[in-house]
Amino acid sequence: MSDAAFGVSAVASVTLLTVLIGSFALRFSRTTSDFYVASRSVSPLWNASAIGGEYLSAASFLGVAGLILTYGVDMLWFPVGYTAGYLVLLVLVAAPLRRSGAYTLPDFAEARLESMVVRRIASVMVVLIGWLYLLPQLVGAGLTLRLATGVPGWLGGLLVAAVVVFSVATGGMRSITFVQAFQYWLKLTALAVPVVFLALAWRGDGSPSLDGTSAPTFRERTTVNVSEGTTFLVTSPVRVRVTGVLDGQPYAGVGLRLARGSHVAGRGARLTFPAGTAVPHAESIEPSAGGDWATPLSGAGGREHPLYSTYSLILALFFGTMGLPHVLVRFYTNPDGRAARRTTLIVLALLGGFYLFPTVYGALARLYTPDLLLTGRTDAAVLLLPQRLVGGLLGDLLGALVTAGAFAAFLSTSSGLTVSVAGVLSQDVLRGTVRDFRLAAALAVAVPFLISLGAASLAVADVVGLAFAVAASSFCPLLLLGIWWRRLTDVGAAAGLLAGGGLATIAVSATIAGASRDGWLGALLAQPAAWTVPLAFLVMIVVSMRTPGRVPPNVARTMVRLHAPEALPLRRDPPAHRRPV
Amino acid sequence: MTEQPPRRIRIESPRRSAARAPVSRTRPVSHDIDEQTHVGEVYMGSLLRTQLRLAVGICLIFAVLLGGLPLLFAIEPGLADVRVLGVPLPWLLLGVLVHPVLIGGAWFYVRQAERNERDWVELVERS
Repeated sequence: MSDAAFGVSAVASVTLLTVLIGSFALRFSRTTSDFYVASRSVSPLWNASAIGGEYLSAASFLGVAGLILTYGVDMLWFPVGYTAGYLVLLVLVAAPLRRSGAYTLPDFAEARLESMVVRRIASVMVVLIGWLYLLPQLVGAGLTLRLATGVPGWLGGLLVAAVVVFSVATGGMRSITFVQAFQYWLKLTALAVPVVFLALAWRGDGSPSLDGTSAPTFRERTTVNVSEGTTFLVTSPVRVRVTGVLDGQPYAGVGLRLARGSHVAGRGARLTFPAGTAVPHAESIEPSAGGDWATPLSGAGGREHPLYSTYSLILALFFGTMGLPHVLVRFYTNPDGRAARRTTLIVLALLGGFYLFPTVYGALARLYTPDLLLTGRTDAAVLLLPQRLVGGLLGDLLGALVTAGAFAAFLSTSSGLTVSVAGVLSQDVLRGTVRDFRLAAALAVAVPFLISLGAASLAVADVVGLAFAVAASSFCPLLLLGIWWRRLTDVGAAAGLLAGGGLATIAVSATIAGASRDGWLGALLAQPAAWTVPLAFLVMIVVSMRTPGRVPPNVARTMVRLHAPEALPLRRDPPAHRRPV
Repeated sequence: MTEQPPRRIRIESPRRSAARAPVSRTRPVSHDIDEQTHVGEVYMGSLLRTQLRLAVGICLIFAVLLGGLPLLFAIEPGLADVRVLGVPLPWLLLGVLVHPVLIGGAWFYVRQAERNERDWVELVERS
């Protein structure tokens, strides 16, 4: 099968390049300090590319287009939020965070609040958020590899997990910086080049309207391969030719008329729909119908309370970015606070450039790959479009390029997260040697990999959104109040972390476990940020005001360290926490 | 604590120090910041306030610009039908135009924040 050959070579070359660049850089990383933080000698453009490479995960590369395909224009808030989160981070935390000298969020918590208890709580939150964010990466990797090569889903996850552990455990941060920077540009190319050909093919097709004024239909006779059993809903009766098991009956190429309602396609069934029929959709998703799709606040896919959900999502994404563990580590590799700001500015430009593309893929996918609504595998839209729309050898080559980009997305984000989670595990649970770091890296990936085996049907971008919600409800208040408010106390910080982070985690777990999204309770659980973030702030502030005696003794000096420009020779006593030496 | 040498005290004629008024400080403010005196706190506080005002200002502008969009779409559903160059306005706003505005805001912030810091360093060094 030639399709598989293209897919395999794309995945193999990305993997090989990643390992090569990683081991090349390994020659430079000798000391523990190199290992953790690249000895803080990375230029702003390199650093910004690396941040972009690390940040653009499976959710951005595949998930956004899939969500747009399904739910329409409201989903554009995902890319807007992912980018705007960096603006909030830039203006409120970038420079002070770099000046704090903290390498991880727990380091910051300990240095600012002079409390081991707060440090421990922060460590637990980092590991939780890291695992929550790693989970969809591994799920997405499984999906991509299965589409590209036909191997079972778990193998893709395992491959990504293995490459990540290898590259992190052998090279640490230094090699990660090079790898990440390379992967940003690979990801951008992998989306930008095919878009040109997709647009040409779309024009060649007579520029059909993209604004979804009608419900999605099969434009031509389409055969859908149901690789895993699916329950789908038929909205108006359709004629279909079936090979395989449908509604418990085996068929061999028989024409059937499917009545309105729910139907079950067995594993490996092939359903052929004639041109012009409305696309049935998987029971797990409710795509916006017709013109709703292009209209904001259409209650995306039957999600109730769209205005609340939109605002809650905006809040989670805007304020969650600063609390992502793998983002913070990158700021440490800037030489000073000023460079940290400039790096962030470049990151905004890099992200803005990238996010122009997933929207185009999502809109085109509504026209050309609506069958994904039936299988529910909407995250595959980006991967399938080149073959579907361009076709031929060129389509295969572009498909291979997109697959390579997607694989780069899993590798880079997973590596970044693994470095952070492993850093925390090795410093706070183990003894912090290089050997411990390697062990911790394996541990950091193994847990989400095991969870991913049982959670294959999650929408990638949705789960990432949940990770943002937890980060926004825990680390955002800790950072903002820690940096700008002298009277924050250790008791207040701990209470706020537990209240905000704890409640957000509970809401998120309920959603992942499959709690109903109906009604107000469903909306509040599915998008918790709008209530957990203010709650976390409130608890931190009120408890701190009630415990004025617990204000850290060295807060004044800490504030000098966080805010005074490096140009001025001032006393900024080093933080008390254990730094990588 | 290590033994600190006794602090040097300069004794001057009152007439001489009066002649140098109004600024009669004999040690730089950076020293006050190091020693965490009241004066040092005042200087640090002013830097914090300036930077926080700038940051919150930028956040508020974007809260209104971006946060206002869902509300605008909710109040004025007709906007979804407005087309610019064939693209519905909500798609154009959220898919494309948001990004240059964000970058512009970030650029403005970096410029102002660096200027604030320069001014503050000058203020501290001059005193």
